[in-house]
Amino acid sequence: MMSADLFTTLPEILLVLMAMAALMWGAWGPGARIAPVLLRLLAWAMILVGLGLLALGGDGAQTAFSGMFVDDFYARVVKMLVLVAAGLVLLVGEAHLGKQNLLKFEFPILVVLAVTGMMLMISAGNLIGLYMGLELQSLSLYVIAAFNRNSVRSTEAGLKYFVLGALASGLLLYGASLVYGFTGTTDFAGITQALAEGARSLGLVVGLVLILIGLAFKISAVPFHMWTPDVYQGSPTPVTAFFATAPKFAAMALIARIAFDAFGGMKIDWAPVLGVLAVLSMFVGAFAAIGQKDIKRLMAYSSIAHMGFALLGLAAGTEVGVEAMLFYMAIYVAMNLGTFAFILSMEREGQHITEIAALSNFAALAPGRALALLILLFSMAGVPPFLGFFAKLEVLKAAWQAGLTGLVIAGVIASVIGAFYYLRIVYLMYFGPETEPMESRMSPTARVVLTLSAAAMLLGAVSTFGFEDLLAAAARSLVQ
Amino acid sequence: MEPVILLAPLLGAIVCGFGWRILGERTAIVFTTATVWLAMLLAWVVFYTLPEEVQHIRLFPWVESGTLISEWAIRLDRLTAIMLIVVTTVSALVHLYSFGYMDHDPEWKPGEVYKPRFFAYLSFFTFAMLALVTADNLLQMFFGWEGVGVASYLLIGFYYRKPSASAAAIKAFIVNRVGDFGFILGIAALYLMTDSILFDDIFAQVARLADTPMTFLGMTFRSSVELIGFLLFVGAMGKSAQLFLHTWLPDAMEGPTPVSALIHAATMVTAGVFLVSRMSPLYEYAPTAAAFVTVIGATTALFAATVGLVQNDIKRVIAYSTCSQLGYMFAAAGVGVYQAAMFHLFTHAFFKALLFLGAGSVIHAMHHEQDMRKYGGLRHKIPLTFWGMMIGTLAITGVGIPGTEIGFAGFLSKDAIIESTIAAHSGVGMYAFWVLVIVAALTSFYSWRLMFLTFFGEPRERGKYEHAHESPWVMTVPLGVLSLGAILAGMIWYGDFVGEAWREFFGPSIILSEHNEVLEAMHHLSFWAKVAPFVAMLIGFFVAWLFYIRDPSLPRRLAENQKLLYRFLYNKWYFDEIYDFVFVRGALRLGRFLWKKGDEAVIDGFINAVALRAVPAITRLYQRAQSGYLFHYAFAMVMGVVALVTWIMMRGGIE
Repeated sequence: MMSADLFTTLPEILLVLMAMAALMWGAWGPGARIAPVLLRLLAWAMILVGLGLLALGGDGAQTAFSGMFVDDFYARVVKMLVLVAAGLVLLVGEAHLGKQNLLKFEFPILVVLAVTGMMLMISAGNLIGLYMGLELQSLSLYVIAAFNRNSVRSTEAGLKYFVLGALASGLLLYGASLVYGFTGTTDFAGITQALAEGARSLGLVVGLVLILIGLAFKISAVPFHMWTPDVYQGSPTPVTAFFATAPKFAAMALIARIAFDAFGGMKIDWAPVLGVLAVLSMFVGAFAAIGQKDIKRLMAYSSIAHMGFALLGLAAGTEVGVEAMLFYMAIYVAMNLGTFAFILSMEREGQHITEIAALSNFAALAPGRALALLILLFSMAGVPPFLGFFAKLEVLKAAWQAGLTGLVIAGVIASVIGAFYYLRIVYLMYFGPETEPMESRMSPTARVVLTLSAAAMLLGAVSTFGFEDLLAAAARSLVQ
Repeated sequence: MEPVILLAPLLGAIVCGFGWRILGERTAIVFTTATVWLAMLLAWVVFYTLPEEVQHIRLFPWVESGTLISEWAIRLDRLTAIMLIVVTTVSALVHLYSFGYMDHDPEWKPGEVYKPRFFAYLSFFTFAMLALVTADNLLQMFFGWEGVGVASYLLIGFYYRKPSASAAAIKAFIVNRVGDFGFILGIAALYLMTDSILFDDIFAQVARLADTPMTFLGMTFRSSVELIGFLLFVGAMGKSAQLFLHTWLPDAMEGPTPVSALIHAATMVTAGVFLVSRMSPLYEYAPTAAAFVTVIGATTALFAATVGLVQNDIKRVIAYSTCSQLGYMFAAAGVGVYQAAMFHLFTHAFFKALLFLGAGSVIHAMHHEQDMRKYGGLRHKIPLTFWGMMIGTLAITGVGIPGTEIGFAGFLSKDAIIESTIAAHSGVGMYAFWVLVIVAALTSFYSWRLMFLTFFGEPRERGKYEHAHESPWVMTVPLGVLSLGAILAGMIWYGDFVGEAWREFFGPSIILSEHNEVLEAMHHLSFWAKVAPFVAMLIGFFVAWLFYIRDPSLPRRLAENQKLLYRFLYNKWYFDEIYDFVFVRGALRLGRFLWKKGDEAVIDGFINAVALRAVPAITRLYQRAQSGYLFHYAFAMVMGVVALVTWIMMRGGIE
């Protein structure tokens, strides 16, 4: 029994062992010099584990540790995307970290540990397991947010994130304790069974809402988003890129997991909550981004708005909705990888810069990169024929089919408002006044990622090469 | 063979229109003319070898969407065959005529190439018209209907440098849009009621439809056929320039004269008559709609003839004459004698094309002068044209021997119509009869007025008169051929169209209800009914002679005496002025309102207010909340928790 459990959790165990070994090597080995090697090693390890997970995992479902850990097709697909995204972020960020003198061996190790936490979240089958994964992830993230210890902003970001994260964790734990109190179990299957026997009560509803709030903090849904702009801006840019991608996907997947696996019988309670969070996020993201002058802050609000759209898919409470959410998140992650690959390269006189104004007239400087960025921005704004449009369309369609007409209209309006700030960057790049020129030094990896993600936005409109079927199968395995 | 008739002109149009740079100007226009002549020869072969049964020649599938199925097919029956020879014959002659008329057109600068374009348009028109008449279903017919509309637009506006020509082209197109809207509503209604747009399917179900009510614009019609018949006729009114939708036809004379002859006299404008005849099974079940057709037809005939009395532009006189003659055809179709309508359509094509081409020859001789007051005495200068016009005038005024079947084409066909109206023995029939007899007198007057002003009397413009010359053979030969038609067409085909042999002639192409015996009754009318139009014609001729030969000062004195009436007629009953005030300026006012108030004030105003004021204000407000202080952030979270939990608890439904 035990060996089967270990086998089921083999990917996580592998990653943790690797992280431990790397830690030992870093602490007692040759020190700072090995950091780049370690980073690449761990990045590729994550990507390989992710791909291997999907290739070798089959499409069955099994549990481990008495239901604490669920390994189904949904978990494998999401894990694969999270792992690949995390690995790519590391590879893309390497050059930047080196330049900023931040390339220390702890960094990739912390990322790997955070990702392991995410994998546990995605596979959670029990409230306790969920919390364990969440905290493993969060603690690692708090540290890397403050990774640039010499920067006041970076340490402030880490601290803010930590304090507010603790508050959110407290709310989540309080919710979990209520759920335990009213159902007598922390097991998802047990909660489902209790609900089937008519356990739905006020206390349980409050417990559910508090758990959702704890998770909403992680995906920075409004009004639990206030940390996001400050942390995004303050953290080193590779960390921001990481924040914007893998943890968002993992937390969103966890919300879907808990909503369907544990509280499937309380859809009438969680669907409206998610709907409200979705609308608030879409609008606040759209409005607040307009005033931003810093591209990292802008990306923070952009990701808040995007989370709103993804939540809209979940709020539909259907299998189609989950599929739309996965599709949206996958495309969101792809767009962010490309965009951050570019943001990481923004420099002037050797200094990393993040002012939007610096992009003025950039198209004359580097037409190819400007075009790639244009595609990504159009895609994020949801302009056809780019893939971002179809992502929005799927989400809105799912919500529409579920009868959420009001939310759909709100979503469309919010996306119109949100288009403004994306298009403003495009305007600046192509028609902006000439200013002090900006440099854009990209490593080959970053270049490949930027090109690939832009190309995907363009070609995806023609065919997603079976990717949608994969996500549909994942959604089916979750909703059944 | 039939597909060749249909497609040869299309090939000609494409080759000529796009290929003249390669082929050379002359080769291109000769080629496209040859394709039309080929079509004409084949059309006559088809006319004489027509089998008794209706033929369906399928070319290719076109639209298949659920039950909406439309194949591109040729429906070959007598109606189609008649239209085929009318269209191809006039078109072929007009193509030939245009070689002379369009040579050295003063509207163009030397060196400019315009002829291939003109010929390509003509051939394209021919193709579209053939598509219309060979249609096997309403969608194909609508294609042809719109195709001729486009060709008409292009040809009216052929002299695109003239603002008046462009305006006339636009007017024709827009007025036709009104009619076409009715037509397509009719098609949609038929499809709605019968689930098919194929003629055969529709005709098979007409009897059932007559008992099926239909609601349209909140009004319920007891019989859907009445409504459909009315809507289809609205389409016909637009194309055939019937009253209320007639205003475009006189203006269409801005186009080159061969165009007027082909499109605005012989073929396109008769499409409406063809449509009503094609839909004969339907109108047989729609007595009210049919009566409406008759009333509009007769009234148009009267209106156009009165206006024609006082016009001075030679082409406008003939244009109003066309309008009036189309009214005749509709009057006959409305009382259920589609044969007479088709007969008049057929003969009218010859003599009206003849008159137009003759007028074109006069205009050509007079260096593009169109005002008849500047003509006079031209019979000595251009005798061939004079004789052609004379035959045309004898035909249109209806000269013949009453009581026999001997006379010019118009005599037989027009009298058949007038007789059919009284033979209908109905109120509208009676109205139509008296109106049409009066119109016969008016027709005679304005036709002879045209002849007298142009060819008789003293030349009133010496300079142009001296330089007048007879047209080249390419222009006079078509006049000769059409003259033969204007003389003989009536006598040759009287028996077939409206005589005893009509059943064998038309076969199943015209379907009458059992109670429709108007055509039989027509042959048993009293003597005075048969003579009335003839007498009217003589009166018209006599008055014209009195006014323009005997005492040419009479018209001026009469006009001054009856100033009000003269102005009323001269200004075409003020239709254009009323339409301009109500529709054109109304549309402009509406457009200006929507533009200034709707678009600029409301939409732009709203967007500007939101984008320039509301959005930045919200953004500023929000940025104040994003203070950077940890306790503010935590406060926001806690407030969020409180709000969400309260809301979810207040939603109720939880015990």
